Amino acid sequence: MKNDEFTVLRISETVSESPDVKSFIFDYDLNAKPGQFVMLWLPGVGEKPISVSGCKEGKFQLTVCGVGPFSNAVLKLQKGDKLGFRGPFGTSYSLPKKNGAIATLGGGYGSCPLAFLAEVAIAAGRTVYFIEGARTKERLLFGKRMSEAGVHVHFATDDGSFGIKGYATDILSNLLKEEKISKVFTCGPEIMMKKAIGICEEKKVPVEVSMERYMKCGIGVCGQCAVDDLGICLCREGPILDGKTAMKIKEFCAYHRDASGKIIK
Amino acid sequence: MLETELAGVKLQNPTVLASGILGVTGASLVRVATQNGAGAVTAKSVSLKERKGHPTPVLITYEHGMLNAVGLSNPGIDEFIPEIEYAVKNAGVPVIASIFGSKVTEFGEIAKRISAANPGIIEVNIACPNVDDEFGRPFSYDPGIAGVVTRIVKKNTKIPVFIKLSANVTNIGEIAKSVQESGADGITAINTVGPGMAINIEARKPILSNKSGGMSGPGIKPIAIKAVYDIYKSVKIPIIGTGGISTGRDAIEIIMAGASAAGIGSAVYYRGPGVFSKICSEMQEFMDKEGFSSIKEMRGIAHEK
Repeated sequence: MKNDEFTVLRISETVSESPDVKSFIFDYDLNAKPGQFVMLWLPGVGEKPISVSGCKEGKFQLTVCGVGPFSNAVLKLQKGDKLGFRGPFGTSYSLPKKNGAIATLGGGYGSCPLAFLAEVAIAAGRTVYFIEGARTKERLLFGKRMSEAGVHVHFATDDGSFGIKGYATDILSNLLKEEKISKVFTCGPEIMMKKAIGICEEKKVPVEVSMERYMKCGIGVCGQCAVDDLGICLCREGPILDGKTAMKIKEFCAYHRDASGKIIK
Repeated sequence: MLETELAGVKLQNPTVLASGILGVTGASLVRVATQNGAGAVTAKSVSLKERKGHPTPVLITYEHGMLNAVGLSNPGIDEFIPEIEYAVKNAGVPVIASIFGSKVTEFGEIAKRISAANPGIIEVNIACPNVDDEFGRPFSYDPGIAGVVTRIVKKNTKIPVFIKLSANVTNIGEIAKSVQESGADGITAINTVGPGMAINIEARKPILSNKSGGMSGPGIKPIAIKAVYDIYKSVKIPIIGTGGISTGRDAIEIIMAGASAAGIGSAVYYRGPGVFSKICSEMQEFMDKEGFSSIKEMRGIAHEK
């Protein structure tokens, strides 16, 4: 019978990505697709959905940013420590069928699934433009990894400490004017993703976004991550949605529900 | 052919979304009704005040079912009424509001307030195994207390009242009788069983943050069938039979035990949200083959000598 029990593994390697972001590498065949997530469990502390930031034969990685008690506890872990997970769950980014260049647009640690996608796209022989925005140079992620993978990397920082000073969406906007891009993939703050949908719509370029809500079960049962008014659970029918579907969700960029189900605007 | 009735409330088919599954929002209930084919939908249990619930992990699967201890998280009645109203307005099928209180007196207040949203049925959850109430155990474990809660709810609403019972008792028929005598219009049975526990042996710890959780899914179906069979023998009021129902054959089985409708919960995981339509067509197929033309004909048939 169908079963998604926890697998508990020892961390085989850690990579410090920025002052408060760390990647954890595991020797395990996860078979995840870019955009999918796992429910990560730190026994005795809690469980949260974390998107897969890299996956190839026999190895996968998760990248965690310290934002609350759970993630900060995970950041303290070292090689050899144990973590549990169930999954992979959810929908994934889909590369366009026809050959053509793609662009990814990540805001902050939203770049995690996009770095994974970029590697998959490169392996499939695609040209990839990897755009990332962050507050400062220190917070930019995966620059070296993406350059080594043969991806065109473009950075924007709020303070201009690296790349252009301004918004990552401006880079996307210019890129769509200058290059023929067959599809755009984005993950990050909803306001950025909404802006990206607008830019892509104008240029008639398809776009996929990653949208998340408070998740508990991860398997489409508890209903905690259902969104208005579509009523779909983002853990099962998301997190990856096409831009048109995202725009039909009235709470996109407007509100979300907390652990009790209360609306937070 | 699949029409059924619960205390005067008409259902196009006997599949009912069980409480605690996909029922956090009005939009989610509407989707299960309008796109997935449920005959009625039950919202997540609501209390007077907001409850955050237990920390995650709150729901896990195992070989034969699921374990959960969500901890009755809900935003409180005031925040939840708009969700029920949205569902009542848009679902096109009866909406069942599920209520619970931690004190006997709270049930009356919450029944009165939820009635303003005009649900088709009010289900009274006195059977959750994962939270402590004022007696330190679910109200449904004691026929006297179950009766008191029933009377208080009935006094505060004109909407049909179903009492949700637990199978974790020695004589469920006796409790069913008590709630019927106290005015209940129907019974929902059963809630999750156990509670049970799962320990991950690499982590060397119980997995659920609450350590234990209610068991659901295919593994508990025989317990649900027996409970419904016993309740049917004891009372005349309709029963929503729930517990591990995943297929059309399962739904027929619990109807033959005495249920008028079949609650569907964990099967949403096993077969996807489309499980309601799937169960309906499987039931129809069976009924055609066996020559049944109504749910009524099959209800309680297993009791015939």
